[in-house]
Amino acid sequence: MALLRLMALLLGVFGTSVAVEATEAPIQALLQEHGEIIAKSSRKTIAPAIDALAASGLGDARTVLEKWQAKELWLRKADGRFFFVAPHGDGLALIDIASGAEVGTAGKRELKQLKPNSGIRGMIGAALVQFQLRDPDPAERALALDAIARDAEASHLEVLRSVAPDESDPVLRARAERMQRLLTIRFDPDAASQVAAIESFRSDLGVDVRAALNPLLTTERRVAVEIPANANLAQRLTPGTDALPREAAVALLVEAGALPPPIDAETRKAVLVANIAGGVVGGVAVETLSTDAARQTAYDALAAAGLAEPAPGAAEINAALAAHVFFDAFLLQNPAVTAAAAAVLESIELTLALNQTADLALDALSLASIYFLAAIGLAITFGVMGVINMAHGEFIMMGAYTGYVVQLVVPDYTLSILLALPLAFAVTFGAGVAMERLVIRWLYHRPLETLLATFGISIALQQIAKNIFGTQARPLTSPDWLAGAWVINDVVSISYIRIAIFFLALVFLALLLVILNRTRLGLEVRAVTQNPRMAASMGINPDRINMLTFGLGSGIAGIAGVAIGLFAQVTSEIGQQYIVQSFMTVVVGGVGSIWGTLAGAALIGTLQKGIEWLNPSNTLAAQTYMILFIILFIQFRPKGIIALKGRAAEA
Amino acid sequence: MTDAAFSAPVRRPFAMRHPSVLVFLTLLALFTLGVTVLSEAFGLGLISTSFVKTLGKTLCLCLAALAMDLVWGYTGILSLGHMAFFGLGGYAIGMWLMYARTEIIVTASLAAAPLPPTPEEIREGIATQIFGVVGASELPLVWSFAHALPVQLAFVVLVPGLLALVFGWLAFRSRVTGVYLSILTQAMTLALALYLFQNDSGLRGNNGLSGLQNIPGLEATGQDVLSVWFFWASALALGLGYLFCAWLVSGKFGNVIRAIRDDEARVRFLGYPVEAFKLAVFTLTAVLAGIAGALYYPQAGIINPAEIAPIASIYLAVWVAIGGRGQLYGAVIGAAFVSLVSTWFTGGQAPDLDLGAVTVRWVDWWTVLLGLSFVAVTLFAPKGIGGVIAALAERRAPDRHGQDLGPDAGALREKEAER
Repeated sequence: MALLRLMALLLGVFGTSVAVEATEAPIQALLQEHGEIIAKSSRKTIAPAIDALAASGLGDARTVLEKWQAKELWLRKADGRFFFVAPHGDGLALIDIASGAEVGTAGKRELKQLKPNSGIRGMIGAALVQFQLRDPDPAERALALDAIARDAEASHLEVLRSVAPDESDPVLRARAERMQRLLTIRFDPDAASQVAAIESFRSDLGVDVRAALNPLLTTERRVAVEIPANANLAQRLTPGTDALPREAAVALLVEAGALPPPIDAETRKAVLVANIAGGVVGGVAVETLSTDAARQTAYDALAAAGLAEPAPGAAEINAALAAHVFFDAFLLQNPAVTAAAAAVLESIELTLALNQTADLALDALSLASIYFLAAIGLAITFGVMGVINMAHGEFIMMGAYTGYVVQLVVPDYTLSILLALPLAFAVTFGAGVAMERLVIRWLYHRPLETLLATFGISIALQQIAKNIFGTQARPLTSPDWLAGAWVINDVVSISYIRIAIFFLALVFLALLLVILNRTRLGLEVRAVTQNPRMAASMGINPDRINMLTFGLGSGIAGIAGVAIGLFAQVTSEIGQQYIVQSFMTVVVGGVGSIWGTLAGAALIGTLQKGIEWLNPSNTLAAQTYMILFIILFIQFRPKGIIALKGRAAEA
Repeated sequence: MTDAAFSAPVRRPFAMRHPSVLVFLTLLALFTLGVTVLSEAFGLGLISTSFVKTLGKTLCLCLAALAMDLVWGYTGILSLGHMAFFGLGGYAIGMWLMYARTEIIVTASLAAAPLPPTPEEIREGIATQIFGVVGASELPLVWSFAHALPVQLAFVVLVPGLLALVFGWLAFRSRVTGVYLSILTQAMTLALALYLFQNDSGLRGNNGLSGLQNIPGLEATGQDVLSVWFFWASALALGLGYLFCAWLVSGKFGNVIRAIRDDEARVRFLGYPVEAFKLAVFTLTAVLAGIAGALYYPQAGIINPAEIAPIASIYLAVWVAIGGRGQLYGAVIGAAFVSLVSTWFTGGQAPDLDLGAVTVRWVDWWTVLLGLSFVAVTLFAPKGIGGVIAALAERRAPDRHGQDLGPDAGALREKEAER
């Protein structure tokens, strides 16, 4: 009832509006012209109104579209004229669209707010893009380009073509040009310009390019007696190969109606069950139907008696397969376009592979530096001193928890990390020295027992940490300047934390080389390593040196713990995840050599990432294969990559 | 070069030369008898079925510890992989247990169907039943023989044995010794555990095999009876294993492996094929561990890859160290004592210790105590509990040189021991 009245009102108003058209502002006139469909507000019929507004070239059109989209356009029920409004007392003040002047007031009941649904708002948004692209504000123009990238339409292509050459901002201009070429690929009906646009993207890594090209190469698997002349052939398939297994070919034939459907085991069973009569089916006793062959005999008997669909025999299937060709055809008919797209995609794949290799190399490098940091402390205690320290992983854990505790006390993340590094070193240095004094020095001649005793310490420390900090993971937050990643292009990127860890590893490599080769302490360490008794008789105190070396190795483990805690969750088991890899690193690299540890870390890091890349779904398998590789590697170089020679090797 | 040069002029019977074997076997027999008399199924019912199972499992662990003692205490190879062999034995028997039981269930459910099932349908039903949990519905290749008990029983011995043979051959021929070998065996264990953790490993990933306590064909027999049967089997296996190990280490073979432990290079220079001896011990002990595992897991009821993790093998070494290396009864005592005490503490039965300010809850602190006592044993009592017994038995004066004093610099250790 209300709707009818409204329609009548509108029809009446339409007649009068023609009369006032002469004095009307052009924008209002245009709106009146399409007043009916605007008021109806249906997605199916609204297009002419939006197009007319967008194509009118009127200065107010943009404002109207924006207000309409924002549900701020109102309709006066009495005469069907459109207004903007402002609050005014109980009612609303009417604002003329063209002049922007207040032209009166009205109660809310006299007006109707236009509420376009989301579909219509999207259409309005698409129409608005052309205005935004010409906006004087570069930020607005960038937003418009974003909008096109999200949801492109054929109409945008013309707009971009007219706007792009005049764009003053070079960055935006490049984007607009690129977008225009992408839209050409998708929407331009002219094959020549499509091919030109496709060719222009050779070696481009953008995901958007692949997204635009891939739909062009969509294929359909078809079967026919012979390949139709108009088909844009992608490839011909032979049944019984990997690309087209026999079953798939048969299924295609069945679908095309060229072959009756073969009977599968389930259907056959159902038919047999349905035809059981007095313990016998098809002349075969039910009890004997426990083999495939017996069931087939029974079914054939049923089929012969006309009680079941006859299944196609092997000969029939073979004849049908031989009589037909199977092929993939492009949905797109133009071979020039598909060929160009395929060629360009191939060049993109090549570039992509190169970049992925680069990314993988970066990943491997970062993993290698983590392993290096975790293992270098071990390399000192295990390699230089010949002491195996199973609690090394727990020193890493202590370092990580030290970082966590410091962050609890010092809220500033940058400051707390700077504090945590030396503090973690101090804590684990102390723990290491205590362990050396209390336990390890009694076991220097019993390396296997050192392994077990330090293992005892390891499980005790782990449980103590669990009792103090609980089993849940504790976060160690990195400062803001370490958040994010260094993005080189769409494929290659590396997070800043990993870069920082890489530099930390470099710093420790340099530091240890300097300490061991250039300082008095290093000289004494090397002397004690080679021959403790001779060193002692030269006035070096081996006890003190052993203690300091062990402390140094443990201290570095603590710092590694802070570094690892920054990207992994800190739990009491954090050390366990690195201990075996650390041992591997030291053993593979060669015991007793810092360079060897570096080589070992690089090898293991690269290997792990490489295997993960080959089998990306499964990191567990990657670790398994890596360990197997290491076991085999030890066969060929039992002393590691860099083996010590001479007397030191025998110690 | 005859044996007479090494042995006493008149050869006394084996049991007389090694009274400890006799003592051990007698004690084991008495213990078995005692448990049977107190069990629910065959006697007074003072011991619950689950505790009988715990005791049976402990006997299996003792057998594994015996193997560990042979390879570490006698030969000086600290293997951190013997629990992997233990687990493999368990998987081998577990596959049959699970397959056969599922077959019974599937056959029963298909019997109601109008047509008698084909073999394919049964296989498919079993595969879906077992592997539905990891999203597969086909029997993997490793299950090809799961229907045949004799084959799977052979696998209990063959799989750990072959793995140990290949791994040991690779490791020993490249002269990997000492801590390197320990780390390598640990890596092997880790690799195996990680492999089994995958869902597509064909062994149900981290779900493992379950329901192993139900023996196919013995559905009518209650768990109380089964537990005692398995207890007897475990006791028998331990007794035979002990006898075998004692026989092995008492002869020339034992002398050679002890010599390898004390000074490998010297034995090699004397012309003995050191690698072959080590490989033999390594493989043999792996088989022993496999058998122990095959008896253990039907009592435990479930096996999953976590049981194979490196930590389990380290615990095995811990038991042997606490019990006393280089003495067979030491290993047994260590395994039994530590695993039972551990069950007691972690089971929450141990009373909390009130220290005024803090209360020590043993569930939380038991591992700490274990770790520290382990350090203490290594430092102050390298011969473990078995050493204390040896001291009490006043068997300190050695019959011959080369008394079992632990690996490495053995000759030097002997002088220290005399002090």
